[in-house]
Amino acid sequence: MSDARENGDRGKERTDEALSARLQRLNEGLGQIHKSGRSSESSEAERATTASGYARGFRLSSELVAGVVVGAGLGWLIDRVFGTTPWGLMIFLLLGFAAGVLNVMRSAGVIAGNAIDARPPGNRKQ
Amino acid sequence: MQINPIEQFEIHNLKPLFSIGGHEFDFTNSAVLMLIIVALVSLLLIGGTARRAVIPGRLQSIAELSYEFVANTVQSSAGAEGMKFFPFVFTLFMFVLFANIIGLIPYSFTVTSQLIVTAALALLVFFIVVGYGFYRNGLHFLNLFVPKGVPKAILPAIVLIEILSFVSRPVSHSVRLFANMLAGHITLQVFAGFIIMLAGAGILGFFGAVLPFIMVVLLSALELLVAFLQAYVFAILTCIYLNDAIHPGH
Repeated sequence: MSDARENGDRGKERTDEALSARLQRLNEGLGQIHKSGRSSESSEAERATTASGYARGFRLSSELVAGVVVGAGLGWLIDRVFGTTPWGLMIFLLLGFAAGVLNVMRSAGVIAGNAIDARPPGNRKQ
Repeated sequence: MQINPIEQFEIHNLKPLFSIGGHEFDFTNSAVLMLIIVALVSLLLIGGTARRAVIPGRLQSIAELSYEFVANTVQSSAGAEGMKFFPFVFTLFMFVLFANIIGLIPYSFTVTSQLIVTAALALLVFFIVVGYGFYRNGLHFLNLFVPKGVPKAILPAIVLIEILSFVSRPVSHSVRLFANMLAGHITLQVFAGFIIMLAGAGILGFFGAVLPFIMVVLLSALELLVAFLQAYVFAILTCIYLNDAIHPGH
């Protein structure tokens, strides 16, 4: 923006050639921005975690808790519907814990998981 | 003096609207704030794009900055194809951001400190991911739950864990925003309560009250950061989940 303003102030250069030269430069600049926008597709885990330590800690803990809570809830529901108390709750609580740990590892970028991958999105299609 | 730190989250019924099957639908203070948020976001963006100057004014700068910020987020985490969902992500981001920031104004109400609101937003994202995933990829979407290179023997357990991990997403997605806002506002209220209690406890307390006051000032700054950060985290997680709908399995 400051570039445009600078150029705007220089009233003398407002000839056609100067204008076309400026347009050319602007186009090149835009092209570069588009290119860098495509190439700087870093891994989302990295991007999300560079925000701040506080947010990161909160994020990871809520991932773990969510896994456990969903596992327990699902197990409890299965027990209610099928009358398998207490097996559904026991098994799904453990599975939920595993899912929570998986969530945490994924969002921390420790493992390149199925859902959240370290590769840039462009290369993901098979 | 008693200060109830939970009082700020109470929902007040302002005007009963209608009832369906015995369920009352009321116009509450939360609804008022949501309307204000939508109005402010609309005003900002319509006002910002009205002039379309080459050299942007203040409003236009804010509108352009927010557009580019969200567009970069979407592109970097959901790829170029994810731009299809840009309007959705942008709406979510602006709504959550404004809700968080308006909630910091004294005597206002924080919409995102209500679990029902954040859960509704997260479930909306969840169902869009599931719906679009099946619409675009058909049954290939289920590849999301089958990681490659896992021995056959433990595959059922892994698939079950993957499904649980997927289902737990809206929970962590909504609880993160809700808990951040709730905890922040309670902390602010408690420290502000200390000021009043200390100030009422004689001359020594009056000077002691400076300490929690400094805390409140610092916490307010932190809360402003959290307000923005949580809106960003909400948006970027939405993008990551949408990316799964666009490119499931690897």
